Amino acid sequence: MSILNGKKVIIIGDRDGIPGPAIALCAESAGAEVIFSATECFV
Amino acid sequence: MNSVMKGAGYILVHTPDMIMHNGTTQTTERIVNPDSDYLKQIKSHLRPYDRVCAYYPNQTYIGNITPFELAKVEGPWQDLEAPTDDRYGLFGEIMPQDEFYLLIQAADEFELVYLDKDFVAGTLPKLAEDPIITEYILKRIREGVDQERLKKMVEEEGAEGLYKDDHLVGAVRRAHDIDPNLSAHVMIENLVSKASSVLALLYAVKNAGISPEDVEYTIDCSEEACGDMNQRGGGNFGKATAEIAGLTHSTGSDVRGFCAAPAHAVMVAASLVKAGTFKTVAVTAGGSTAKLGMNGKDHVKKGLPILEDCLGGFAVIISENDGKNPEINVENVGWHAVGTGSSPQNVIASLVTQPLAKAGLKVTDIDYYSPEMQNPDITKPAGAGNVPEANMKMIGALAVKEGDLERRDLAAFVEKHGLPGFAPTQGHIPSGVPLMGHARESMLKGEVNRVMIVGKGSLFLGRITNLFDGVSFIMEPNKGESAASSVSSDEIRKLIAESLRDFASGLLESR
Amino acid sequence: MDLENQKRIKDLTEEHNPEDIVVLLGAAEGEASGIAAETVTNGDPTFAGPLTGVSLGLNVYHVCEEEVKADYDPEVYEEQVSMMEMVLDIDEIAEEMKAIREEFSKYSA
Repeated sequence: MSILNGKKVIIIGDRDGIPGPAIALCAESAGAEVIFSATECFV
Repeated sequence: MNSVMKGAGYILVHTPDMIMHNGTTQTTERIVNPDSDYLKQIKSHLRPYDRVCAYYPNQTYIGNITPFELAKVEGPWQDLEAPTDDRYGLFGEIMPQDEFYLLIQAADEFELVYLDKDFVAGTLPKLAEDPIITEYILKRIREGVDQERLKKMVEEEGAEGLYKDDHLVGAVRRAHDIDPNLSAHVMIENLVSKASSVLALLYAVKNAGISPEDVEYTIDCSEEACGDMNQRGGGNFGKATAEIAGLTHSTGSDVRGFCAAPAHAVMVAASLVKAGTFKTVAVTAGGSTAKLGMNGKDHVKKGLPILEDCLGGFAVIISENDGKNPEINVENVGWHAVGTGSSPQNVIASLVTQPLAKAGLKVTDIDYYSPEMQNPDITKPAGAGNVPEANMKMIGALAVKEGDLERRDLAAFVEKHGLPGFAPTQGHIPSGVPLMGHARESMLKGEVNRVMIVGKGSLFLGRITNLFDGVSFIMEPNKGESAASSVSSDEIRKLIAESLRDFASGLLESR
Repeated sequence: MDLENQKRIKDLTEEHNPEDIVVLLGAAEGEASGIAAETVTNGDPTFAGPLTGVSLGLNVYHVCEEEVKADYDPEVYEEQVSMMEMVLDIDEIAEEMKAIREEFSKYSA
């Protein structure tokens, strides 16, 4: 069963991990709607 | 002909009181949770000055220990004692807080910084002993005012206090009654940035063996902005810094780009010199008070000292080719473009593998990479991992994906071509440039061949674009050509004409 | 987690049905993943942001977890994220995430 298809996705990316926009493209490819995307920076 | 890196200055300023009063983690906590345990615990987690000096990463930053030596010392380093705890190093120094407050006043042109009379009397002789501090700077420090006056400024007039062991010893006043861009908060951040930049710049000039008048252009690449309500980022920290450092022949400008700014600035400086626009350009940046104790909550929670207790500054001198110093290769720079995207593999390709391919090099042809050199003692307990190591893994992983490296060799690649992080988490300070000083030294000794400096920046934090950014360039040993030894075709024509004239007059005389 | 991001997440859960929301993380290691996941399920463990004491119980995954990976277009994942599998400790991250979901998520499948 799909976890993301048809869902609304909130993205908290990490500039030293996976940044928000890269995750957003994955989520959209899974049929999800991105309602918020941010990238955090610890440094 | 490429321009060369003639010298560098790397400085730290130990600022224990500023952690509480100026670091945003703490100032935010004081608003949100004024009675929090964290605020109560901070004091018992501060390191004394001698521990800060005996700290391996700090001694590496100022040049007394090489990163190659540091790589052999297993971290975490905070409980270890470095073999030296010298205030002064090959590239700069670790200045104590009290002396730095005087330097802040020296950097102030508008009578915004006031210091306690007794404090000045007790501290000025100490600062005067610092060999890098010029007469000009010492003369700018005023006699001081009494406690009552300082208290009034802080309690009634909205000034920011300067503290020593919790005692008020100074105040930075606002520069305008209603303009938030000239508030006491902004002015203290900007003056601290300027003062620490001055210190780094003085060392860079000295270490490059040039006179201050030789610098024709000074580029500041810090993360602060100066201006008023009509031009909020008006700028030119560069020229303002050059003024206090006594670079009387220099103009300047600012380059901004979050943490990537220093790499951008060195690239610009090296290009300006290569183009012949200027013969000598300084790149300089001071530290950020806002980032002091940024990850302090995690450090305290884990029983560690607050390791973000120092401001950082750096400066490098870029000059026309002298046939000796390491070259900045500006022909094969890497850059993250608007269309590159944010996926880690595209970012690394744009900054590392694409410029290398352009230069006809493989990832293994670079001896050492200097990506973001944050000290892992600081970042690991804060959940950000080991940043330089992660960057090296990304470079190696991309090489595996592109078929230039075997998957089984990835760990060995990281070990061989990476170095431990030793820079404070001062945003722009750790990004790429911390290795330049050490790289120059080891290239002059013939021990290192090629180094790649990689600067990255989180532009999205400014909420004006969602883009990431970065640039990279290669530093390599001098190829032995110098600007002085090469002559232009015009000069050759002139020389031929002169010798023909001499020959002709010789013929006439011999008649 | 950044305070402004916490505020936005809180607002979004009021605007949308929390059951329909999935949070995707891109954190660089296990502990950071766990703290972010805890923030959107049980509340901000650092007691700093608007989600302090707010148990949203949202469904949350790290972008590299097998459970959500199956949903992406493989080509997009390959292009955007796959390289990071060689960089991150995926097992450690997945373990943290699973523990938080089991303890605090109200809506996970």
